[in-house]
Amino acid sequence: MALIRRKKAPGSENQGTSDVKITDDDNKKNKKPIQKNKRWTCLDNCCWFIGCICVSWWLLLFSFNAMPASFPQFVTEAITGPWPDPPGVKVSKEGLFAKHPVVFVPGIVTGGLELWEGHNCTEGLFRKRLWGGTFGEVYKRPLCWAEHMSLDNETGMDPPGVRVRPVTGLVAADYFAAGYFVWAVLIANLARIGYEEKNMYMASYDWRLSFQNTEVRDQTLSRIKSNIELMVATSGGKKAVIIPHSMGVLYFLHFMKWVEAPAPMGGGGGPDWCAKHIKTVVNIGGPFLGVPKSVPGLLSAEVRDIAVLRAVAPGVLDKDLFRFQMMLQHVMKMTRTWDSTMSMLPKGGDTIWGGLDWSPEEDYCQNRRNQNHNDTKNPASHEKNSNYGRIISFGQEAADAAALELKRIDFRDAIKGRTVANSSCQEVWTEYHEMGYGGIDAAVEYKVYTADEVVELLEFVAPKMMARGSAHFSYGIAENLNDPKYDHYKYWSNPLETKLPNAPDMEIYTMYGVGIPTERAYVYKLTHSAECTIPFQIDTSADRVDSCLTDGVFTVDGDETVPALSAGFMCAKGWRGKTRFNPSGIKTYIREYNHAPPATFLEGRGTQSGAHVDIMGNFALIEDILRVAAGATGEELGGDIIYSDILKWSEKINLNL
Amino acid sequence: MMNGSKIKGKFCSAMVSLASFVRFLRLCFMEHVKFSSLLRCKSFGNSEKKQVVQAPDSDRKDDHDEVLSSDEKVTEKVRKRSMNKRRQQTKGWKCIDNCCWLIGCMCSASWFLLILAYIVPVSLPALQGPEIPGARLKREGLVANHPVVLVPGIITGGLELWEGKPCAEPLFRKRLWGGWGSGFTDIFRRPMCWMEHLSLDYETGLDPPGIRVRPVPGLVAADYFAPGYFVWAILIENLAQLGYEDRNMYMAAYDWRLSFQNTEVRDRSLSRLKCQIEILYATNGDKKVVVLPHSMGAVYFLHFLKWVEAPAPVGGGGGPGWCAKYIKAVMNIGPTFLGVPKAFSTILSAEGKDISLIRTMASGLLESELLGLQTIEHVMRVSRTWDSIVSLLPKGGETLWGNLDWSPEEGLECSSEKKRHLQAESRENNTKISEEMSPSQVKHPKRYGRVISFGVEASEVLSSQLPTISKEFMHASISTDSNTSHGEFWTEYDEMSHESFEKIAENKVYTTTDLVDLLRYVAPKMMQRAEAHYSHGLAENLEDPKYNHHKYWSNPLETRLPDAPDMETYCLYGVGIPTERSYVYKMSPSDRRKGIPFRIDSSADGGDDCLKSGVYFVDGDETVPVLSGGYMCAKGWKGKTRFNPSGSATYVREYRHKPPASVFEGRGLESSGHVDIMGNVALIEDILRVAAGATGPELGGDKIHSDLLRMSDRVNVPL
Repeated sequence: MALIRRKKAPGSENQGTSDVKITDDDNKKNKKPIQKNKRWTCLDNCCWFIGCICVSWWLLLFSFNAMPASFPQFVTEAITGPWPDPPGVKVSKEGLFAKHPVVFVPGIVTGGLELWEGHNCTEGLFRKRLWGGTFGEVYKRPLCWAEHMSLDNETGMDPPGVRVRPVTGLVAADYFAAGYFVWAVLIANLARIGYEEKNMYMASYDWRLSFQNTEVRDQTLSRIKSNIELMVATSGGKKAVIIPHSMGVLYFLHFMKWVEAPAPMGGGGGPDWCAKHIKTVVNIGGPFLGVPKSVPGLLSAEVRDIAVLRAVAPGVLDKDLFRFQMMLQHVMKMTRTWDSTMSMLPKGGDTIWGGLDWSPEEDYCQNRRNQNHNDTKNPASHEKNSNYGRIISFGQEAADAAALELKRIDFRDAIKGRTVANSSCQEVWTEYHEMGYGGIDAAVEYKVYTADEVVELLEFVAPKMMARGSAHFSYGIAENLNDPKYDHYKYWSNPLETKLPNAPDMEIYTMYGVGIPTERAYVYKLTHSAECTIPFQIDTSADRVDSCLTDGVFTVDGDETVPALSAGFMCAKGWRGKTRFNPSGIKTYIREYNHAPPATFLEGRGTQSGAHVDIMGNFALIEDILRVAAGATGEELGGDIIYSDILKWSEKINLNL
Repeated sequence: MMNGSKIKGKFCSAMVSLASFVRFLRLCFMEHVKFSSLLRCKSFGNSEKKQVVQAPDSDRKDDHDEVLSSDEKVTEKVRKRSMNKRRQQTKGWKCIDNCCWLIGCMCSASWFLLILAYIVPVSLPALQGPEIPGARLKREGLVANHPVVLVPGIITGGLELWEGKPCAEPLFRKRLWGGWGSGFTDIFRRPMCWMEHLSLDYETGLDPPGIRVRPVPGLVAADYFAPGYFVWAILIENLAQLGYEDRNMYMAAYDWRLSFQNTEVRDRSLSRLKCQIEILYATNGDKKVVVLPHSMGAVYFLHFLKWVEAPAPVGGGGGPGWCAKYIKAVMNIGPTFLGVPKAFSTILSAEGKDISLIRTMASGLLESELLGLQTIEHVMRVSRTWDSIVSLLPKGGETLWGNLDWSPEEGLECSSEKKRHLQAESRENNTKISEEMSPSQVKHPKRYGRVISFGVEASEVLSSQLPTISKEFMHASISTDSNTSHGEFWTEYDEMSHESFEKIAENKVYTTTDLVDLLRYVAPKMMQRAEAHYSHGLAENLEDPKYNHHKYWSNPLETRLPDAPDMETYCLYGVGIPTERSYVYKMSPSDRRKGIPFRIDSSADGGDDCLKSGVYFVDGDETVPVLSGGYMCAKGWKGKTRFNPSGSATYVREYRHKPPASVFEGRGLESSGHVDIMGNVALIEDILRVAAGATGPELGGDKIHSDLLRMSDRVNVPL
């Protein structure tokens, strides 16, 4: 009470004086109340505003927490009609139950990486994720982050004093970032039919390393081998179902060769290891023959929509802000130290991907046009085919010109001048600075590059990187698979240079989305703007309404990342029946999923999506996988399902089988 | 220096702005208080004159009338009109606005501080602690050598949900136990659902139908129990300094609720552990593995050692040389080899005084039944479905834990710190002093052998004075009292009649052997279920083929160590903390007929350190008494004994407790509490050295601070 009284006293005095002022005797005192009113202006209003927001936020949060868990579903069902049962529920109602142990092999980019040892700037990040999760560190200390994510430029292994290691367990790749699922939906559905940790295994590996180096550094391949053996043993001799996604497909191809190869280089599992331990390999969105997208990725860091850039630099791709260019170069420097990016360069050269004036998919655009306007000016649009075989062309004319009209000056012997601006660019070193203008111009003068020549171009532009990469990967087609040189591990991840294991009972599926335009070839331009920038850029002005060229990129059918040809060819033709690539006649099946975008935003990323990562939430695909895991064979699933022209395209490819 | 001054500047500006905030706050309050209090004051005021004057326009009353001096009355009307105007103006800034304003201020202040905390570099000199032992040893040249396997104990391992009832829908693959993060609010909203999912089936001790709760795999399983409460994290960080990573470090997470053999039956945990050890061995250049079990993990790993060499259907089929081939050392941290007396009180009345289980489940609410929560009953119901708790019951019976008149610890200090300090200097050279001092204690010997006594007198009188009531009733069948009124909180107590409780209480004192019988009496189903998996006896003849059964594997007194002469066994544990050893019980108030009939008599107080609020203490690490942690390494397995036929080396390393000196140390760098010891610098150093290749003698052999050796000598077990 005393306190209140005391507080009252100055107040009442104040009021007393204000009385006096009202008599207009004293103008001076008039100021006091005005000042007081003034105090309730800017800052107070701000505070008041923030307070209001906070309170309402808390209220909303509270009501959200108090809300029954089924409420959002109730609302959605009210709007869109009842949801279909998730496939796990549907299948378990049919009485299917967990049978074969399941192994996931995540792809590039999607696996989490955590820090085990770092420089001073990583204080407090021990065992925290550098890759995946929130990516908070990218914004907080970008240079430190890029430094730790890079590998050694010479060896392709850890730089000294830095240890970044893959996260283990299912958490490694269930969500890429908060809310962005990769494997989580599939795992949840598998759990519905009785799967849990003991019969599910995430074969996480460091996706930055070359495949063989994951074994050298982390013994990852040995671990996968032991874990598969363990799971097969503990589930009563049931063979494992392997589910690789994206680059994991190549990784597992490598694994299958490795595990049967003799001990020093291989796993020493003996020639029937795969037959004994693997029931099925279910490849999801597998870039068996590589992805054209990896070429611009290495050439100019413009992987337009692989998550690398999405995560690192959302949105501002075309802005020429200085900071951004710096960032892009750091990213490029970083990604170039990753050997794994080279595993996805197009394989098989011109035979698979087409030459100067032909390509397997050449009539794709035309067909699509014809479908669109069925009867209007059919013959008129016949003139221009898309020359998909020219994976990189400098200038739109070069992309369109007939093969005979092209004037090409060979770049291979061009002299690389030392660059003028060495000193200023030290910080963001890419090999471009060693090329000089002479080298860059020579590369441009060659105009057009096919799949074979693209590899040569990269060797010209980035010799050190390619030298490192070619020790681990090969992009050719084998003439004679019995040649002993093919025992070397660098051929193991190329399906055109290895034989499948001797396991006649094994099944191989390839599941991928179709119906999304997918990058296939690029129109490039030269930029000489600043000295420290990347000299090549995709020419986004190149655009042709009537064909599949938009923003400098030719597109074909695919799942947004992998063209259907790359994902489907091996199962459609290369391995179909008994071929020299598949001597034991392993059965292969193609399952395509037609892309349908989510109907409303409430569906999130859609239950019928065919996009490269979103397909992991596709109900049809999940159902197929559940059935396979519960014991179904390819015949029981219904064999092939094909929407695209993959069979026709495969026919056009003249490959010796 | 640059940094320092910059920071100082920032702090200054922060302080200034904070000060201005406070000033605003005060103004706001003053004004507020003034308005409201004055209004109230006026109504109680006795200046009737003014009230009369104001009566006509009472709706415009305000505080200013009070202070009006009489000679200013003339101007009253004018003033009032103007005040009215003012009031209307300020009316907008009343209660709600002030609240909003206040909250706004606080929010922005906290944001500001948060941003400040972000900007301030981590390496502020003031916040930098001493160098961690891993970094120091790395400079000495130690590098990762032997792969390391971590075996967590009870409670500390994480559990996650794989399949559940609809109420647990949003918790799929979230933590139900340990390392609670974002899912915790969901748990808090439906505690009953949570309890239901943590329970096991009462009949089988396995999953209830429709519920699958599984251990979290990987290092994250037990690195932190709750955010900021480390278990293994510090040790892992130190190991990482030497070069350890996922490649050569493995956390053998298992479902600690299950009996050990059931972890294999349900989850294949033992097979996985075997396979992982083999992988670690093979991928690290055929280096043997160093195993670090903690708490109950020590008993679990003992089980594993027997399991792995046993033939295939029940065992792992690794063959008799498996352990010798793959294991370099087993470094048991705070092992519960001979059990903990605390387990009795946990099962009987769910009152394990400070097992973290109870702490987290019901801090403070324990004693209050006002809210109708019946927390203890719930805890008891859940924990009694867990077989693993039975594995913690004291083993070896009266031979190890003492009988009515005798106990190995009697006459010795119950870890009073005073004595430790007195002796600290002369300790190393001679242990005579303690012998000299002990007679002074004899006058009031504590009869620790009476693990549970009803009433303080019963715990102290001579055994001849105890009432001799036959214990036969415990072998009779239970007289069922079928009051199912509170069926929801079902424990087996509900099936018993009040008379049987009274009989139990009349019997006054129980030794460990009696207590096992008592448990069989009060919880027959649970004990039947659990005793298929555990045994608490002392083997007469280890050659007996019955000891091939898996239920004996986790009892060090009924198994032999594997034939691995090069394997080293360490017992690393803390001493110097009073540890529960025996209890004084009483009947619960009789008006509470339901629920738990007994409780610890917290009024019993001995006036010294040894008896406090109904609990007798001995030396230990707060959970495990010295005898349980150290006996096997100090005597049972020392040299070639029948429990250790190959004579593999054993070492006892004790760590004396030293509470953290300041708040900045957190849980202390030299603490020896049961879990806190995992952050003990000396312990970490020992572990790192062994992992890097050192042997026991290189570490310095035994290091004993307690009276362990004298206790062990008093225990009369044929070896």
